[in-house]
Amino acid sequence: MTRITMTVDGVSYTDDVENRTLLVQYLREQLGKTGTVVGCDTTNCGACTVHLDGRSVKSCTVLAVQADGHEVRTVEGLATDGELAPIQQAFHDCHALQCGFCTPGMMMQSLDLLAENPDPTDEEIREGLEGNMCRCTGYQNIVKAVRQAAGTGAQS
Amino acid sequence: MIPAAFDYHAPTSVEEALRLLAESGDDVKVLAGGQSLLPVLKLRLAAPEVVVDLGRIDALRGVREDGEALVIGAMTPHHEVASDPLVQQHALLLREATRTVADPQVRHRGTFGGALAHADPAGDLLAPCLALDAEFVIAGQGGTRTVAAADFFQDYFTTAIDDGEILTEVRVPKHTGWRAHYEKFSRVAQQWSIVAIAVTLRSEGGTISEARVALTNMGTVPIRATAAEQALAGVAATPEAVAQAVAGIAEGTEPPSDLNGDADYRRHLATVLARRAVLAAAG
Ligand SMILES: Cc1cc2nc3c(=O)[nH]c(=O)nc-3n(C[C@H](O)[C@H](O)[C@H](O)COP(=O)(O)OP(=O)(O)OC[C@H]3O[C@@H](n4cnc5c(N)ncnc54)[C@H](O)[C@@H]3O)c2cc1C
Ligand code: FES
Ligand code: FES
Repeated sequence: MTRITMTVDGVSYTDDVENRTLLVQYLREQLGKTGTVVGCDTTNCGACTVHLDGRSVKSCTVLAVQADGHEVRTVEGLATDGELAPIQQAFHDCHALQCGFCTPGMMMQSLDLLAENPDPTDEEIREGLEGNMCRCTGYQNIVKAVRQAAGTGAQS
Repeated sequence: MIPAAFDYHAPTSVEEALRLLAESGDDVKVLAGGQSLLPVLKLRLAAPEVVVDLGRIDALRGVREDGEALVIGAMTPHHEVASDPLVQQHALLLREATRTVADPQVRHRGTFGGALAHADPAGDLLAPCLALDAEFVIAGQGGTRTVAAADFFQDYFTTAIDDGEILTEVRVPKHTGWRAHYEKFSRVAQQWSIVAIAVTLRSEGGTISEARVALTNMGTVPIRATAAEQALAGVAATPEAVAQAVAGIAEGTEPPSDLNGDADYRRHLATVLARRAVLAAAG
């Protein structure tokens, strides 16, 4: 066991974890933050995307001990006081989800994309989301939602 | 899936890391960005007893100049290499190739040195390093040695790094102002190269004066296309002339046959992609 401290969605946590614990597993099982989901075993699907020190990562492919001392932001940190963040509102407005399983990862990666490129073309949106898969294949509306979010200046 | 249990160390210096590797016996793995190693551990294709994480060794991260060389720390993440102004200026080919690796999330974690140490024949950074005559600095308990790219890549997933050693940095001779293109062929987004061609060149008034060319995934190690390089020197950057210069680029290669294509298909791809890559680089 190793003792780790990290800030998740603005709150500092200190816990003992097994070295092999994945960041996503720590978030879900130890902190109860089940908004971040697991869709594959192969680092392909992006459903588990969170921000580590402000950049998007696949939390199934980061050890919790690697995130010791760092700052994590999950989909659960997006809304404030029950108000949807602009990226969430855009996904809602554009019907950018069907089953919703890919949505947390899609939104976290969209925010990373918009932080780097606040006014992306459709092509750039598709490339920026290439590490995120939607098994319902609703990509058209996801691209639309990111475009709408860009229009409202949703970079955070 | 969760990896099998292991002991974990996160040293803050290369010396400490080397000592830990020496003390940890045979069953130890170095962890860089984890974007190849952690999937392998999760699938339990490997189950080391000890993991030594290089992620807290600040000295291994970043890009700097050293005279005629550009020096890239092994732990520099792909996205930093791809956006570094020095890389753009002195080794544009590395930027072009790094931008095609995986997807943004993987590029935030995966490292330059990790990808090269891993030495997947389909990996996108091997051929560019070979084309640029990069040198690999390897640290061990007995000191540091420097290995040329041609000797570094030894076989499928095998490099000159021995047990107990760490790749610390890669020294790339500056190719200041050289144009470059990495032409990668894959079927779907976020995929490994079926075949790719790395080209960097200088041209004047539409004529190629010097070119460096290397092939990805056309064998167990990256291949330098020396004959094509010679044929390209002094050639006008027109589709016909370039096609002729690279026509023999796949001769003598033994590419793999797999679900993505057989060896003949790959040889054909290589000639087509080489033409495209040279023309795109010549702009
Ligand atoms: C979905 C996905 C798609 C990908 N697509 C591509 C692609 O298209 N092209 C491509 O090139 N790559 C691709 N990759 C791999 C990616 O580039 C990885 O970053 C890279 O292969 C490994 O780098 P890492 O820093 O994550 O190393 P790790 O996974 O941490 O380590 C990889 C191996 O190298 C060893 N190692 C690492 N660093 C050192 C060092 N400094 N000294 C000695 N040994 C070391 C480790 O012990 C391990 O055996 C992909 C990965 C994923 C998950
Ligand atoms: S669960 Fe992390 S990439 Fe699929
Ligand atoms: S909405 Fe179902 S996976 Fe994307």
